[in-house]
Amino acid sequence: MGQHNKKTMTIDATDQAAGGGLLNRRFFLTSTLLTSAALASAKSAFGQEMVGQGQEDWTLYPGSDALEYGELSRFEVGRVKKLVGEVSGGRTATSAGRTPHHNLMGTITPSGLHFEVTHHGIPDIDPDRHKVVIHGMVKNPLKFDINALENYPTVTREYFMECSGNSRICYEDKPTKQHLDMTHGLVSGSQWTGVLLSTLLDECGISKDAKWIIAEGADSGSLSRSIPIDKALKDTMIAIYQNGERLRPGQGYPMRVLNPGFEGNTSVKWVRSLYVTDKPVMSRFETSKYTDKLYDGNALQFSLELDVKSVITRPSNAMSLAKHGLYEVTGLAWSGRGKIARVEVSADGGKTWAEAAIEGPVNSIMLTRFRIPWMWNGTPAILQSRAIDEFGRVQPTRKELISARGNKAFYHFHAIHSWGVDAKGGIEHVYA
Amino acid sequence: MFMRKSLIIASVLLSVHTVHAQESRFGEPATDADIAKRFWSVFPDGQFLPEGEGTAVQGAELFVDNCEVCHGSPEEHGIADALFGGIGTLGTDKMLATVGSYWPYSTTVFNYIRRAMPYTSPMSLTNSEYYAITAYLLSANGIIDEKAVINKKTLPKVKMPNRNGFINAYPEIPDKYKTKFD
Repeated sequence: MGQHNKKTMTIDATDQAAGGGLLNRRFFLTSTLLTSAALASAKSAFGQEMVGQGQEDWTLYPGSDALEYGELSRFEVGRVKKLVGEVSGGRTATSAGRTPHHNLMGTITPSGLHFEVTHHGIPDIDPDRHKVVIHGMVKNPLKFDINALENYPTVTREYFMECSGNSRICYEDKPTKQHLDMTHGLVSGSQWTGVLLSTLLDECGISKDAKWIIAEGADSGSLSRSIPIDKALKDTMIAIYQNGERLRPGQGYPMRVLNPGFEGNTSVKWVRSLYVTDKPVMSRFETSKYTDKLYDGNALQFSLELDVKSVITRPSNAMSLAKHGLYEVTGLAWSGRGKIARVEVSADGGKTWAEAAIEGPVNSIMLTRFRIPWMWNGTPAILQSRAIDEFGRVQPTRKELISARGNKAFYHFHAIHSWGVDAKGGIEHVYA
Repeated sequence: MFMRKSLIIASVLLSVHTVHAQESRFGEPATDADIAKRFWSVFPDGQFLPEGEGTAVQGAELFVDNCEVCHGSPEEHGIADALFGGIGTLGTDKMLATVGSYWPYSTTVFNYIRRAMPYTSPMSLTNSEYYAITAYLLSANGIIDEKAVINKKTLPKVKMPNRNGFINAYPEIPDKYKTKFD
């Protein structure tokens, strides 16, 4: 920087190539400060300061050229997903990337920050060699590649996606010290474009006795889940675009099932077979994996619909409150069944609640942003949010959830989350 | 006459084309081979189980060669999911969910390992080898005898210890497990 300043204000004799301000051609190589160098020379001519005195470098010099694919600012490079493998099995069990909501605003998660959970890695699929077959209890078994799907009338809808393992760390006996990505990073929101599965099933001529559809992926585990027929005919889509561009490989390229509001694992990525039948297949992921172990030794199975839930994304433990005064408390709320009707915020650990402002339009089965101003007077506080959906379902307290199901469920933790703020403005996850 | 015949053929072709267009605008008929390549499901009643068979004795050797490096042995857990033991521990502080203690259907064991295992080379064994490894997992958990022959007839009849441990939550979670606002 010192070198730049020197170049800005003075031009050495060695820089001058000829009179009238002409500089050595090598000046371009030793300094990027072309314009201010010229301005600096103007000073000597008229005895005035260059008008750009005090401006930042990026204002005084032309920037870089357009990129084929835009990138984050180099100053934002740390704002990425948290990569975590499940400790129980390492890479062989699960690979997950978690959305850093403490760094984000709005309700659409950038595609590159959308959470990913894979159990058998991300396949590298050539779309020209990928097809999905629909077969079983249908009159006409059909196959579709991505070009065929693109010919259909598509629907574009905003939906959140959530892994039912999101927030599972909150079942543990002590609050985690990690950031929000570890507690609430397995939920994201996107605009999805695809063909309604009902459109394709209609062309196949589905039997009246059909009750389930078994979806299978083309990954190296051929991941498979059973989808109830009422869901499949209601709003399930075969998604081919996310946020306006073709799916990312980690999101199921070239095509995936998308079951709005259902636990993420049912939205089978890289889908290549849809078998129409009258019974569930009882795949590994719907028996031994995504089932919720209860206090009494039983387990909930096909707990498909996601719950009503919310979390404060700012402030969070990724920051601290530097001084007393006015802050905005903001966060996200969602329900697997429909729209968020109301979000309430407490600054006293749930003793009193205030209704937060909801940023519309509120979409069904989509992240909804809430915000409320908060004057922090420097005393310890516990910030909480509580979501209520259009059906009157209310987000429970952690105590209520655990007393209903126990603390071994692993999945579907949707209780109220608490940020503890201490007198110094430090913030951490607490149970309250 | 010739012309008339051509017209008939043309109209038949046209009508076939029209019927096809009504069935699917852009999809193409899926052949048995198209389906067989992409469809790997096996159901609890044994539907779609393939030919072939194996025993736990045969499977024990295959397990050591293909599985033990990640899953360990009945004596010692590996880095991947535990497969052995834990029967009777569900709901206790010593809960250990394994193929033996948690998985409700024997067919799921075959279904999953045939499509997804060994982890780094799935679908690389024969149906009989997958039957044999399935037999080993069931036998090492004390569910079947090590000499029992496991095939498409016998596997669906194997009843898993936790067969009745699951409660359907679709479309609604039973009241007993709801929070007061669910």
